[in-house]
Amino acid sequence: MILARVLGPVVATIKHPAFAGHTLLLCQPVDETGKAAGAEIIAVDHAQAGQGDLVLVMREGNGVRQVLKQKMAPIRSVIAAVVDHVERG
Amino acid sequence: MYLGEVRGTVVATVKYEGLEGKKLLLVQPVDHARKPVGSMEVAVDTVQAGVGDFVYLVGSREAALALDPWFVPVDAAIVGIVDDVDAKPFASK
Repeated sequence: MILARVLGPVVATIKHPAFAGHTLLLCQPVDETGKAAGAEIIAVDHAQAGQGDLVLVMREGNGVRQVLKQKMAPIRSVIAAVVDHVERG
Repeated sequence: MYLGEVRGTVVATVKYEGLEGKKLLLVQPVDHARKPVGSMEVAVDTVQAGVGDFVYLVGSREAALALDPWFVPVDAAIVGIVDDVDAKPFASK
């Protein structure tokens, strides 16, 4: 999983049927200090995340299909959790 | 999944049989401000996107899953046409 900041929702009316009913959130991956690290990714929300939240994004297809309970879904990333805090040793 | 802009079409007569009838589009991955990120790629279209459309794509094995039948050699598929992205920038701490 990676840490990411939720930038906001992506709205698309015309889309593949597997995405019906899902909220898509645009996320900016960040490093452990909160600095942007890498390109933006779109993830299906499964943790009721909101704009500005720090979240965990899971980016493995089979895991995503297990979480969403959708076989064969062309979805690769899901927001698995909203992060309370990050502590570095 | 990631955002992209459709920049053109790709025509290929000689290709793997699973790609027959599938539209191949030239797509530039972009960020929410439509600024290019990385290089252009070719994606199979599943939503009748056109040149100039703001779209989102899925890569890797999931791109093949977007097609039916799914066992086709693609690694990028357009799976949605974006109406709006409401992105609030955040301050890096």
